[in-house]
Amino acid sequence: MTALTSRLASLRLPGLGGGRSQRGAYLYLVPAFAVMGVVTIYPLLFQVWMSFTNMAPVNLNMRTGIAPDYVGLDNYTNIISSQLAIPNYNFLRLIVYNIFWAVSNVSIHLVLGVGIALLLNVKGLKFRRVYRALYILPVVIPPIIVATVWRNMFDRDDGAVNLLLAGIGGFVGISPEIFETDWLRQVAAPVGWLLPSWEGGPNLSLPLAFYAMLITNTWLGWPLNSVVATGALQSVPKELYEAAEMDGATPWAKFRHVTLAYLRPAMLPYAIYGFVITFNLFSLAYWMSGGGPEGRTELLVTQAYALANVQRLYGVAAAFAVIMFFILLGITLVTNRLTKATQSYNL
Amino acid sequence: MTAVAKEPLYDTIRPVAKTAKRRRHDEPTLLRQVLLQVLCLVVLATVLFPIIWVFSVSLDPLNRSRPEGLSLIPSGATFESYEQVLQQPTNNPISFLNLLLNSLKVSLGTALISVMIGVFAAYAFSRLRFRGRAPLMLVILAVLMLPTVATLVPLFVLLNSIQVDLPLLGQFNLRQSLIGVGLAIVSGLLPFAIWNMKGYLDTIPRDLEEAAFVDGADIHQTFLRIILPLSMPALAVTAFLGFIAGWTEFYFTSTFLSGTVENHTLALALNSMRGNFASTPWSAFSAFAILVAVPPAIVYLFAQRWITSGLAIGAVKG
Repeated sequence: MTALTSRLASLRLPGLGGGRSQRGAYLYLVPAFAVMGVVTIYPLLFQVWMSFTNMAPVNLNMRTGIAPDYVGLDNYTNIISSQLAIPNYNFLRLIVYNIFWAVSNVSIHLVLGVGIALLLNVKGLKFRRVYRALYILPVVIPPIIVATVWRNMFDRDDGAVNLLLAGIGGFVGISPEIFETDWLRQVAAPVGWLLPSWEGGPNLSLPLAFYAMLITNTWLGWPLNSVVATGALQSVPKELYEAAEMDGATPWAKFRHVTLAYLRPAMLPYAIYGFVITFNLFSLAYWMSGGGPEGRTELLVTQAYALANVQRLYGVAAAFAVIMFFILLGITLVTNRLTKATQSYNL
Repeated sequence: MTAVAKEPLYDTIRPVAKTAKRRRHDEPTLLRQVLLQVLCLVVLATVLFPIIWVFSVSLDPLNRSRPEGLSLIPSGATFESYEQVLQQPTNNPISFLNLLLNSLKVSLGTALISVMIGVFAAYAFSRLRFRGRAPLMLVILAVLMLPTVATLVPLFVLLNSIQVDLPLLGQFNLRQSLIGVGLAIVSGLLPFAIWNMKGYLDTIPRDLEEAAFVDGADIHQTFLRIILPLSMPALAVTAFLGFIAGWTEFYFTSTFLSGTVENHTLALALNSMRGNFASTPWSAFSAFAILVAVPPAIVYLFAQRWITSGLAIGAVKG
């Protein structure tokens, strides 16, 4: 029986390699692709056409019906050479800051996530399940609420952060007036050297708002990393530790050669997932800092939103979206090559 | 990513009890246990601090301009902020109940439609052999890679071009309606639902189908009798993730519905309550935020085990 079914399986079920289509297979695709054709694929192609025009709100009036003008590649060249008539717009800064934002966040998430997973994995720890259940709480709160609540916490006058700092300062006798930092709007950067600047280049110094959002996103981001790391830790065979002990391995050597070796394959795809999520993280940049001060915490997604919603330059916004597509495609290809994660996509 | 991230996630919780019992003999010393507990409690404090803060601010009396300090229950604590937001959350003439209904229509409608349409395609991609399978899956992955904001402009323009003069209701603009917003959400949610459900279907063992094939069943019968019943939990999780996406949707609702206050959703009202720094009514805002956050959070916590794995598999959509 087993032999028969496995032979049948090889004949009929899997196998992506060419051959005739199964009868009726396309019937299952028709509903989804009919809907996606209208609301997803056609709009995306339409967007490419729009990106070569100067479409603006005036072209949307159905009564007058003025068609937009063809402008060739103007939108693309203006975006890339930072020639848009938008305050504080600089394409190079957007890209550099956006990548730095994602990399810095994900590194912190990984270290904290793995560290806390190790803490929760210690033998005989009491209340382990309580901690695991409560640590996941940041993930279950909608992003708009996370962002607005943390913005309130970083508020200069009413914020919990300044109140907390003043409370701690009060213990050691520092007068509370010192703790009136305007976290999200202070223009001057606390340190200047985290991102390199050069003559004639964009202002890449990181304002306090960056650190405020880094703290917020750390709060938000490590728990899921910890869940993934916990799962991976439980898959490490105990025998390996015993074998390492017999060989006289130090605790550090055990951690490096056994624990980390098992964590890496599970954490790497998740780190890439986290990178893409953080790269496109609209909520904090929009609701906490509003991209400010001076547009220095603007991300590609918030800039794209502003182009469509504030400036209403629809043609430029369309070109911007096309450029974003290629940036994300590049990131996907690079990260895929790094991990060969595509092998498990099961295409 | 599917295969790697999923397996460990499934058994994050269950094995704990088992291993704890087995290890009774080598428990840490009391001092070590205390140190570990202190460390865990410090982490817990940082996790809970913002949540306790927003709860505490929501209890502040409305006439207080700023919190008096850090306290779990502020002096003069009251539920009047909750009463106020339930009656009239924003300056716009729309009640909490209508905001809630609009949010439910958008999020339930888009989630159910995406799952119902998507499950057929997920089955085809997971189990069937047909020409163009790989390129079509790539189309779905390419769309998933795009953040929602990248489809905002063409959908705005295209939906706006559908305007009809209705005899009694007057001018109808698809873009400004909840249906238009729903279509825009489905444009991103449907590919996500297909991909997410395909990930689950891939993990269902094929033995049952093979047995059915031996008995002469065709692909339609195996789908209806075997795959569909087995994938119900996956459909529920995908629908829930879609529901959350609709519940907190901001790109389309904020761009499309600017002129039609009667169609606003809870998330939009929350955004407009935020105002600017000086004028935000923080206690009313906090009360409203809690009312919006609590329902999905409760479901999330109960279904956590399945949902976190679903998130790890699918939710690259930002």
